[in-house]
Order: sequence, then structure tokens, then C-alpha cells
Amino acid sequence: MENDQDKVLNEVTSGEYKYGFVTDIETEVIPKGLTEDVVRLISAKKQEPEWMLEFRLKAFRHWLTMKMPAWANLKIPEINYQDIIFYAAPRQRPAPGSLSEVDPQLIKTFDKLGIPLEEQKRLTGVAVDAVMDSISVKTTFRETLAELGIIFCSFSEAVREHPSLVQKYLASVVPYTDNFFATLNSAVFSDGSFCYIPKDVRCPMELSTYFRINTSNTGQFERTLLIADEESYVSYLEGCTAPMRDENQLHAAVVEIVAERGAEVKYSTVQNWYPGDRDGKGGILNFVTKRGMCKGDDSKISWTQVETGSAITWKYPSCILRGNNSTGEFYSVAVTNNYQQADTGTKMIHIGKNTKSTIVSKGISAGFGQNSYRGLVKVLGKAEGARNFSQCDSLLLGDKCGAHTFPYIEVDNPSAIVEHEATTSRIGEDQIFYCNQRGISTEDAIGLIVNGYAREVINKLPMEFAVEAQKLLQISLEGSVG
Amino acid sequence: MKSEFLLQIKDLKASIDNKSIIKGLSLEVKPGEIHAIMGPNGSGKSTLANVLTGRDLVTVTDGSVTFEGRNLLDMSPEERAREGIFLSFQYPIEIPGVSMVNFMKTAINEQRKHRGLEPLSASEFLSQMREKKELVEIDSALTNRSVNEGFSGGEKKKNEIFQMAMLEPRLALLDETDSGLDIDALRIVANGVNKIRSADTSVIVITHYQRLLDYIIPDFVHVMFDGRIVKSAGPELALELEKRGYDWIRKEADIAEESWITDRKL
Ligand SMILES: Nc1ncnc2c1ncn2[C@@H]1O[C@H](COP(=O)(O)OP(=O)(O)OP(=O)(O)O)[C@@H](O)[C@H]1O
Ligand SMILES: [Mg+2]
Repeated sequence: MENDQDKVLNEVTSGEYKYGFVTDIETEVIPKGLTEDVVRLISAKKQEPEWMLEFRLKAFRHWLTMKMPAWANLKIPEINYQDIIFYAAPRQRPAPGSLSEVDPQLIKTFDKLGIPLEEQKRLTGVAVDAVMDSISVKTTFRETLAELGIIFCSFSEAVREHPSLVQKYLASVVPYTDNFFATLNSAVFSDGSFCYIPKDVRCPMELSTYFRINTSNTGQFERTLLIADEESYVSYLEGCTAPMRDENQLHAAVVEIVAERGAEVKYSTVQNWYPGDRDGKGGILNFVTKRGMCKGDDSKISWTQVETGSAITWKYPSCILRGNNSTGEFYSVAVTNNYQQADTGTKMIHIGKNTKSTIVSKGISAGFGQNSYRGLVKVLGKAEGARNFSQCDSLLLGDKCGAHTFPYIEVDNPSAIVEHEATTSRIGEDQIFYCNQRGISTEDAIGLIVNGYAREVINKLPMEFAVEAQKLLQISLEGSVG
Repeated sequence: MKSEFLLQIKDLKASIDNKSIIKGLSLEVKPGEIHAIMGPNGSGKSTLANVLTGRDLVTVTDGSVTFEGRNLLDMSPEERAREGIFLSFQYPIEIPGVSMVNFMKTAINEQRKHRGLEPLSASEFLSQMREKKELVEIDSALTNRSVNEGFSGGEKKKNEIFQMAMLEPRLALLDETDSGLDIDALRIVANGVNKIRSADTSVIVITHYQRLLDYIIPDFVHVMFDGRIVKSAGPELALELEKRGYDWIRKEADIAEESWITDRKL
């Protein structure tokens, strides 16, 4: 493993964003702007049933009454919602005579991103749902999974094929009124993944969704719903990239997870949206609502995120610990380099008895990057025996970046034990020189130090993605020292 | 053209923040030689080590330094290390989160790559670790930890010698590796140095004390004073310094400096 890691680290030679290309494919776009008609049009494009349209419209009308939140420690550029395209879909032209229903252009695009869509080429043990702009392009291994009763498909398809499941769980964790961006998403969400693991089933492979923004001036509003029925287990991973563009692009996603009694869900994210250039021009504005509900007793939801991309990240993957003895975890590494800003953290809401939560947050700031941890640990009155441990570390490279922590603790049960630890450290010129003196280049030295620092979180990722994440950490910090 | 000298420093001048620290220093080291540099606090010994290893807080303003006949001052710090220059730091740096194993493996393989060699296999690497650990009698508990993190002063120094043994340099600079060591550790460090000492490995030992030189017998002893080498002699000079201190040298040096000034063509 270590050898592998070294190899990957050594392969990294260029600090440029590697995924910044644009696929030249005919794309169906609707006119810019957001009105009730646009919401209806999106719903119609997706051939949705009436109840889905009603949900969207309710959300849209509510959104009109809302204001963008201003509490985050972020400088957010003005977003003109009338200047955004809310639906863009690649027009697929399958190669004649090919068995595949996917346009070869798209296969090529995802190949280039390291996400082969042909099953025989896939790393065994990973099923992928590939989403480009507003639609799902292809979901692999669905037949294999279906044999176990696992449903893994695009969200649009789930609305058509599994309406009762979608209706039962949609917005049960993130209501359409939840917050400005979640409400916006509820009105205009395009595609995303849907996943249902039946009772007593351990999903035999990693499920993953790969999100790609391609078209300019488009927003991406994906919606993911993941349901783990009683005593089931699933590990899920999402990855994302976007072309390099001078303008900011909006990404406002919602992820909902429900874990029934005894179920366990691991949700991992490697977020690598285009971060903007060195001067802070362009980049994705990433406003994401992710929340899991440990609904049944003894259930567990674990979030792991490696956030290296986006110009702005606003994201708080959270757990509602409703079942007794349920467990919530949040492991995060967030990097801000150049002019990137991140305000990220989690909420752990302890409702059930003997609920446990762990928060490990590692912020890394370089350049002019600003990195804030914001977390809430809330223990309700009935949550007898609740426990939380939080560890928030900040690592600074250089002296123009910033790290901030905003921990909120609200405890209404005297038996609760809540611990919070925080540290701030700096990669010193002397540490780099010490490595140099042993023959290690500055880039590799930063890689060593940063990966050492983030190891506790990286280790939580599925193995093959851990290597990828290490590589990403190093790339995203290149050029940040010396 | 291969030089007869491994290291050749000619009339070196260097400053920190525009303050002149090295004020015209020359030194020649042949392969296999051991040189000791002594001198009072603040005379510029560590600064000289920093110049040789390429630390950028020191600016070279004049003079030249060649290593195996090549201009050393043109090389980046990591290139110098890969060419075989090793510094045992006066104050070794802690790097939390980076394991000694990972650190050493990266360093060795970078150096091997530079010399056109394949990376060591995991088993080769581990057996080399084991061998060198025994050599410097360093505890496995230490090499399993992060680089220098929480090491005692003496443990840090031993760890420097362990790294030196692992990297097998052509030129080792030991900057007060002996200070803060107990008698056993001193013997171990000296042993480590004597083990790597060979026909083509040279060592520059910076020290304040004769006691290390009881174990590592130098070919030359130099006394540094206010940025210059003011006296060079054989190992007996260290003994004399131990007995008499630096004052007599200071006087001699002042005289030498005056004559040097008056000799100068203005
Ligand atoms: N980073 C620095 N900034 C400013 N001055 C420095 C710096 N490093 C060294 N100096 C100065 O340069 C001079 C030489 O210091 P140096 O550390 O080379 O002495 P030394 O001979 O190694 O002394 P010691 O025996 O105490 O280790 C001293 O006056 C010191 O204050
Ligand atoms: Mg010194």
C-alpha cells in the first residue's frame, strides 16, 4: 500500500487542474433564468408524475420568499439566478451497431476523467452512476445489484420506476423548506442517484456517483437519496469535476440518507470541482445540503469528505441521531489554496438514548485561502448518555491564509459527555528545509506533511480512493510554498 | 575535470538580512578527510553549514564553493542532498504526522532516483533500517514515531546519525551533534561517524568540545572567528583550545587581520 501511495505521489508532476477540459457534445439547453414555467419545463423534460411537479412548485414558491443566508464566513459574489441555465442535457448519439446506449463522446469524456463506463473495464467492486450536467448518463452494474434486490439508478428513473419509495423518503431528512439552497434544489433539481438497499443485505460493491459539469452558464442541482433498510450496509462514494471557466458556476445539491434499524451507511466524497484560477477568477460555488437520519436503533451513518475543489464551499454533512444507540461520524479534510474559501463542518443532533458522534475536521489553508470549521453538537433533553468527541485541526501554509473554527455546543441532558479539542499548526520553512536537506523536493515535502496530517481522515476512505485523495491533496497545494 | 578536492570553498562571503556573517572563508576538503571546526558562539559555524546546504535565508555575496569540481551554489538544497551532502542539524526539526519510515523511504528513494538507481524494495529498505538502527543503537519505538516528534534532545541527535547512516553521504556536516549527549550516546554517535568514514567519505565536525574528537580523530582542526577561519592545524589544536580557551587566538587573529589590512592594495 505504501509503495503504491509513493508511486502515485511521484507521478504527480504538474499543479494544473487536470480536469478542466470541455467535451464538445451537442447539448440540449433551456433558456436562462428561473420562473415557475422553467420549473414546469424541467419536470416535463423528465416526464415526471404530477406529485413530483407539485413538490417542485411548492418548493419554488417557498424559495421566492427566502433570502440567501449571510451567516457563513464567506465572501460570496452576487448570484444572478436569471443568468443561469437550469437544465442542460447532452444529446446522446450512440455509435451505430454498438451495444452500448451511451454516446462514445461521453464514454471518452468519462474515460479521460478516469471513470470508465464499460463494466468490464471498471475496477471490480465499484458501480458508478455517471451524471453530466442535468442528467444521468449511465449506471453500471445495475443488473448484478438487482439480483440482491438493490436498486441503484438515476434519480429521474427512480421517480418513474419506484415512486412509492421516493415519495416515502424524499424530503424526509431535508424538507423542502430547509434552507435557501436546499429549497432551490427542491424546485429545480435535475438528476442524481437513487439507491435502496433492502433489509439484511450487505452491498457487495462500492456504489459511486460521478458528477460532471460540462456546459457553461449552467447550474448543477443534483439530488441523491440513499435508503438503507434494516440491518443493511452500503458504502457510497461521490466524485466531481468541472471545466475551467472564467465565470463562477453554481452547484447546489441535496443528499439525503435514511438508515433504518441496525443499518450502516458510509458516505464518502472526493470533491474536486474547478477551484478557480490562481487569482481567484472563476470556479464552482458549491452550496450543498447533506444530511443523514439514523432513524432506527443501532444505526450508523458516517460521512467522510475530502474537499479540495470549488471557489466556495458551503457544506455541513450532518447526522440526526434519532434511534437509540445510533452513531454519527464526520471525517473531513478541506483544502483552500489561492483564493478558495470553505465554510464547512457538521451538525450532530442527538435525540435517541446512548447516541454517539465523532467529528474529526482537518482544515488546510494555503495562499490566500480561508478555511472555517463550523459545527453544531446538540444534545436534546431525552438523549440520555449521549457522547460526542470533536477534534478540529487547522494547518496553515504561509501567512496570508486563514483558519477559523466556530464550534456550537448545546446540551440539554446532564448525562451527556461532549469533548472538543482544537489545534492550529503551520508548515514551517524549517520543516520544508529539513526535508530538502534529505533530498526531498518541496512539493514532495508538503505532500508528506499534508498527507500525514490528513491520514486519519484519508484512512476512512475506501482504499483505491484513498490513493486518489492523497494525490489530489498534493496537487491542490502545489505552488503554495516557496 | 575531476577535482582532487571533494569540497573547495574560496573566499566565501555570506550575509543574513544584509548583515555580513561569513567574511571571507576558504576551506578545502579532500575525499576521506575529517575536519573539525571550532570557534566561539556566533562565529558563523552553523551559517557556514547553511550555506553549504543551500538554506535560502543566507545570501552568498562573494566567493565560490565547488563540490566534486561542480558549482555547489547553483544547486537547490535537495540536489545538494542527492549529490551526497548531509547535515546533522544543530537543532533537528520535528515533523508531526510524518512517520520516520515514510520519511526515510522517500529520502532514500529520491536520492537513488537521482543516481539512476531503482527504488529499494520494501524488504531491502526494512533490512537496511534494521542494520542501521543497530549501528546507532536507536530504539525501534523511535523509528516508528513521527520524525523527531517528542524525541529528547539526545534522541534527536542519535536520529540524525541514524539518517546519516541510512543515506551514506559523501560529505557529512555534523553541527554540534555532540552537545547534549550523554557519554554512551557520544560513543554511539562517534561510532556511527567512524563507520561511514571511508576513503571517499569526508566529514566536517562542528563542535565546542574536545571530547568528541577523542573518538573521531580529525585530520585538521580549524578555528572560526567572526566569519573567518583564523587558524588551522592538526588535532593537537583542539587540545590546546580546550586548555587555553579562545583568547590567545583572538589576539593572534587581530594581529593577522591588521597585517592583512595593511597588505591590501587599495
Ligand atoms: N536567521 C538569522 N537571522 C539573523 N541573524 C542570524 C540568523 N542566523 C544566524 N544569525 C547570526 O549570525 C551569526 C552567526 O550565527 P551562527 O549560528 O552561524 O553561529 P555559530 O557559530 O553556529 O554559533 P553557536 O556555536 O552558538 O552554534 C550570529 O551573530 C547570529 O546571531
Ligand atoms: Mg551553531
